Amino acid sequence: MTGYFLQAFIYLLAAVIAVPIAKRLGLGSVLGYLIAGLVIGPILGLVGEETNAIQHFAEFGVVMMLFLVGMELEPKALWNMKLRLLGLGGLQLLLTSAVIMGIGIYAGLSWQVSLTVGLIFALSSTAIVLQTFQEKGLQQTEGAKSAFSILLFQDIAVIPILALIPLLALPELIDIAENTVQTASGHSENLVEGLPGWLYGLVIMGSIAFVTVGGHYLSRPLFKFVASSGLREIFTATALMLIIGIATLMGLVGLSPALGAFLAGVVLANSEFRHELKANIEPFKGLLLGLFFITVGAGIHFATLTENLGLIVSITLGVMVLKALVLLLIATFFGLKGSNRWLLTLSLAQAGEFGFVLISFAAQNNVLATDLIALLQLVVALSMFLTPGLFILFERGIMPRFMRNGSKRKPDAVNDKGPVIIAGIGRFGQIVNRLLVANDFKTVILDIRSEQVDLMRQIGTQAYFGDASKPEMLHTAGIDEASLIVIAIDDKETAVEMVKYAKLSHPHVKVLVRAFDRGHGYRLRQAGADYMISETYHSALELGAQALRSLGVHPFQAERQKHAYRDIEARQSDVLYEAWKDDASGERFDNNYRDLFMELQQLIDDALKSDLHDNHSKRRGWTPPPKGYAEEQLDKEQD
Amino acid sequence: MLFNIARQQAGVTAIDLYAEYPDFNIRIDREQQRLLDHDVIIFQFPVFWFSTPALLKEWQDLVLEYDFAYGKHGTALKGKTFFCAVSAGGREEAYQTDGFNHYTIRELLQPLEQMAMVTQMKYLAPFALFGSRTAKEEHRITRHSALWSMLLDELVSGSLNTDKASKLENLAEYFQIGVSE
Repeated sequence: MTGYFLQAFIYLLAAVIAVPIAKRLGLGSVLGYLIAGLVIGPILGLVGEETNAIQHFAEFGVVMMLFLVGMELEPKALWNMKLRLLGLGGLQLLLTSAVIMGIGIYAGLSWQVSLTVGLIFALSSTAIVLQTFQEKGLQQTEGAKSAFSILLFQDIAVIPILALIPLLALPELIDIAENTVQTASGHSENLVEGLPGWLYGLVIMGSIAFVTVGGHYLSRPLFKFVASSGLREIFTATALMLIIGIATLMGLVGLSPALGAFLAGVVLANSEFRHELKANIEPFKGLLLGLFFITVGAGIHFATLTENLGLIVSITLGVMVLKALVLLLIATFFGLKGSNRWLLTLSLAQAGEFGFVLISFAAQNNVLATDLIALLQLVVALSMFLTPGLFILFERGIMPRFMRNGSKRKPDAVNDKGPVIIAGIGRFGQIVNRLLVANDFKTVILDIRSEQVDLMRQIGTQAYFGDASKPEMLHTAGIDEASLIVIAIDDKETAVEMVKYAKLSHPHVKVLVRAFDRGHGYRLRQAGADYMISETYHSALELGAQALRSLGVHPFQAERQKHAYRDIEARQSDVLYEAWKDDASGERFDNNYRDLFMELQQLIDDALKSDLHDNHSKRRGWTPPPKGYAEEQLDKEQD
Repeated sequence: MLFNIARQQAGVTAIDLYAEYPDFNIRIDREQQRLLDHDVIIFQFPVFWFSTPALLKEWQDLVLEYDFAYGKHGTALKGKTFFCAVSAGGREEAYQTDGFNHYTIRELLQPLEQMAMVTQMKYLAPFALFGSRTAKEEHRITRHSALWSMLLDELVSGSLNTDKASKLENLAEYFQIGVSE
């Protein structure tokens, strides 16, 4: 027992130390885990033989990850992906394995071995790639979506490949195998072994149908029942049970557990328990994947590696370059542009965890010889080890180039001028633009996101691609003739810089800016903006007023309270701004600004409250004369 | 047109309420201060349903507070002069007892006259332009503008005979009568 604890402690300790450091150095968590594994395995020798067993266990993290990925995808979205899935994924797998097979045959290997090696190397690492996408916030890019299509196709393709490999068995290896005692029971866990082909097909169809239909109809009552118990841990247990159950079912019929989990995830994408499920599975997935990466690091055989260092490194680099080239070709063919093309190329250039599965399966089926197996395993592991490096290359080397110089896409030539320049045509800029255009003011729209520009053009709004924070771009957009510039970009710093530049070079141009919050608004004001508004201020006020109405407050009263809030805020804004400026410049060391801010809150509270409870309050407007007024009038008449 | 003339006239402050308070959120303090700063108050507006436009009514409701404009201590406007400068779409003939609108413009604006009374201001006849939609085509603007300018001049210099002006039906007649006398 203590032994297990010690093992677990070593793994956890390594992760706890290595991952945050790697993250801080900008290397990403995956590389951190790999290094942690490398240190406790081959370098320090703290863990050893059991890594293989742990790795199989940790592969379950991949299953969970696909379940979670599936939950992000509605069935409809999946169906919409079908072309990309088959096109990108199919081409990638076919081309890569064909080229590697060709090289293998050229190098003197038999065609069976070459094909197997080709298939092994064609697969990429779902675990590393998806985890890294998530960590770096790249999921929504076109490149990442394409990469995901390919990974999904590969995960599906593993099934037919597993069926194919036994057919490639080499007679001489079978002879050797027959001479040795077959101790391993092989596929005793597989129920469908030995069934005729049609029945096997039927069983598979049945299982998939069970997962989808069952997931759709049975999961809801089940989760409802469990949730009504109010026990959080039982919900977690149910979620785990669901995934483990599906994985087992898939294993029993000889399908990929990851695929089954993915399918179940898709089925549950519309479930109202989706977020709860996600929150419950997420930590398990993270830990198991981490463990998986550690075992990859720990599983590197240093001895074999050092003996064949040159060979292994050159094969690894060769495989990666080759995979990258194929991906680049496909990406170009499928019209991916700019940074997305490079993201796809670099992200999938490694071999993956399914490679390990195929290698051991091929070994069991006498397709590969033992020395080749060790070599292949090292190549796969090494390529996975290098993958975070590729992401770093992408992030530091390629992204900035496309961000700064605006992808391959050069800044558009702006061929019309208008009195108004709008920088940023996101949710905010669009509304501003519509209002102006509807009033016959010509606008010149600039945005740094090329997808957004294309989207705008599709819906009939002429937008130009270009970085509005660049003086040249503003010049092309006609700032010399413009009378107004609206800055509605997300980047806070850039917005401040733009205001400074615009006010300095074109003092006559009015600068209207969307501020992120109060502090940002002050900074914009300091930079010289003519008008700035917190992006959430008015919508929050509106919602607040609606909340009052929903609570039964008279609509007009709600409206007045809203106005009162706005008035006090506006009246105090100068005072607060001055205090902020003093505090920010460091001339004062008291918390004057904070005090004033609290005073503002108090003022608003007082004003709104007095109005609610006392009709003759400090609030003005529609105040009737006092009760004695009628008598007053009579007195006057008698005078 | 008349508003721009007023705006350029020395000694006159012309305020476009709809520009200052597009959201009807009138700042009472500021408006009361304006009243205190001036001796003559003019409501200039197009007649909407025989009365002021909504914002001007709102202005009355909010600004003319008890104890400011009326009531025991409400003497802020006492002794000031007040009148309306209006334009009406209908013809002058329509604004007659036997006409389409049944009442004269001065009769229709009686609530404002009463307002002036309660706030102890001297009420003058409205300065009215009738048939305003066709005034331009019928070349009546120039004359009306000239009368307006003269009226403002006399108000600023304090030479206007307010007793006479208060008895008229339409302040635009002031100078005609003056000439004919």
